[in-house]
Amino acid sequence: MEVPRHWRLKKQRYALVGEVCPHCDSKIFPPRDVCPYCGGEAKTQFAFSGRGQVYSFTKMTSAPTGFEQAAPYTMALVQLEEGPVVTAQLTDIGDQSIEIGMPVEMVTRKLRTDEAERGMIVYGYKFRPVMG
Amino acid sequence: MRDVVIAGIGQTPVGEQWELSLRNSSALAIQAARKDAGGLKPESMYVGNLLAPVASHQANLGALLTDNTNLEGIEAYSVEAGEASSAAAFRMAYLAVASGWVDVAMAVGVEKYTDRAGQDQDDPIYQILDYDYEYVQGLTPLSQAGLLFQRYLHENPSAQRDAFGAFPLIAHENAVHNPNAMFRKALRPEMYMKAGMVSEPLNMFDVAPYADGAAAILLTTPDIAKDLPHSLVRVIGSDTAIDTLAVHDRPDPLAFRAAGISLEQACHQAGILPSDVDFFELHDAFSIYAVLSLEAAGFAPRGEGWKLALGNTLTRHGDLPISTMGGLKARGFPLGATGAYQIVEAVLQLRGQAGENQIPNARLGLVQSLGGPASTAVTHVLEKMA
Repeated sequence: MEVPRHWRLKKQRYALVGEVCPHCDSKIFPPRDVCPYCGGEAKTQFAFSGRGQVYSFTKMTSAPTGFEQAAPYTMALVQLEEGPVVTAQLTDIGDQSIEIGMPVEMVTRKLRTDEAERGMIVYGYKFRPVMG
Repeated sequence: MRDVVIAGIGQTPVGEQWELSLRNSSALAIQAARKDAGGLKPESMYVGNLLAPVASHQANLGALLTDNTNLEGIEAYSVEAGEASSAAAFRMAYLAVASGWVDVAMAVGVEKYTDRAGQDQDDPIYQILDYDYEYVQGLTPLSQAGLLFQRYLHENPSAQRDAFGAFPLIAHENAVHNPNAMFRKALRPEMYMKAGMVSEPLNMFDVAPYADGAAAILLTTPDIAKDLPHSLVRVIGSDTAIDTLAVHDRPDPLAFRAAGISLEQACHQAGILPSDVDFFELHDAFSIYAVLSLEAAGFAPRGEGWKLALGNTLTRHGDLPISTMGGLKARGFPLGATGAYQIVEAVLQLRGQAGENQIPNARLGLVQSLGGPASTAVTHVLEKMA
């Protein structure tokens, strides 16, 4: 069971909590306590808005163990409006066609179901097209 | 630092080797390399491997491999750097001899991909991703390459999608005459264009096949190797560099910075320009990675690496032959053992032992292995001694 591992990341997974650098004001996600831009110590928490746009995307036909229920799914790199890029699935797409630059927003969804782990479900962020 | 030469090489056929274990396949490669080096005994061994602790439930390969080949008592342990593991192991062996710590060192690459079968066969490979922020979202190395390819086509709208087919075509053409290659069958352009998408825009033929394999290289000093019956190949450049583990943490994901830095520094050490080399064994795990590697190396301007594939440049008869024995795409991609195969193949070219695939008068070879999307890059420059 990987419970501690997923529990430890609940703020990141459920609320996109990263950091802001007190020296250069860069927004940091995932949090790492050291600013990747200026090298200074950066431990101040910062909650991202969850708004961003598609930086790249690809449709996967076969999924790894534990992710089959969502397959086929679309993986994306999403650039958050505060700067950082995250890897996440796109969801609630329907029959819309996806394009680079398309505005998206964060939602919380089921990421993974692991039968071998007694059915433990991992929840986290995905992104959906911004509702018009 | 002392001069270091390659005294012996050994390899086993790449493929689904159900009948061979970690210990059998590595022993075949180790014994072949020692025989090629006139029986020289290594004083230290560095083992490049990615999957064994998970896929084969086996750690401490240094003890396993030396015990199994009657080399007990020497220094031996694994080096792990993703799919660049055995290139990093080769660098350790090079440094061990160059520094004077030992006179004879061995690098071994070994991978047993088929120790697991079925749906979870690929799970151990996903360790190369950032588990907390990439893998848990459902990403795989394949879809990571798909993301980079999509972005490349977006940033370079003039890039011709079909031009990328030249990479698997060249690789398969070169593997036809390599007895150790996994796919010894040429591809036709129409086969590439009709292939199904696996992670759009990547199609099936843009992706190198995972496989089993073992290869070994014995390194020593020119003096100890001087009476061997084959030509000697000298290691004149060796460097490694890293980039972020996760692609999303890079300011410019299409730059393959580590590939560029390690190649530039290896060439600087060797006192050559990249354009001086007679061939380039690159990491064509995906067609798009071959393009990004060529651009990072400076062989093409940013956004134009795909154009190199339009003419004859990258074929065996061109100015910059790549994947001369089939590359990862057609020789097969034995994960952490791949870097050792690339070195062995470069040595065959430089010795003049590459058979039908021989690059005429090959004197300088460039070899680059990547871990993940160039999260780690290991580059070597090899030279035929006069």
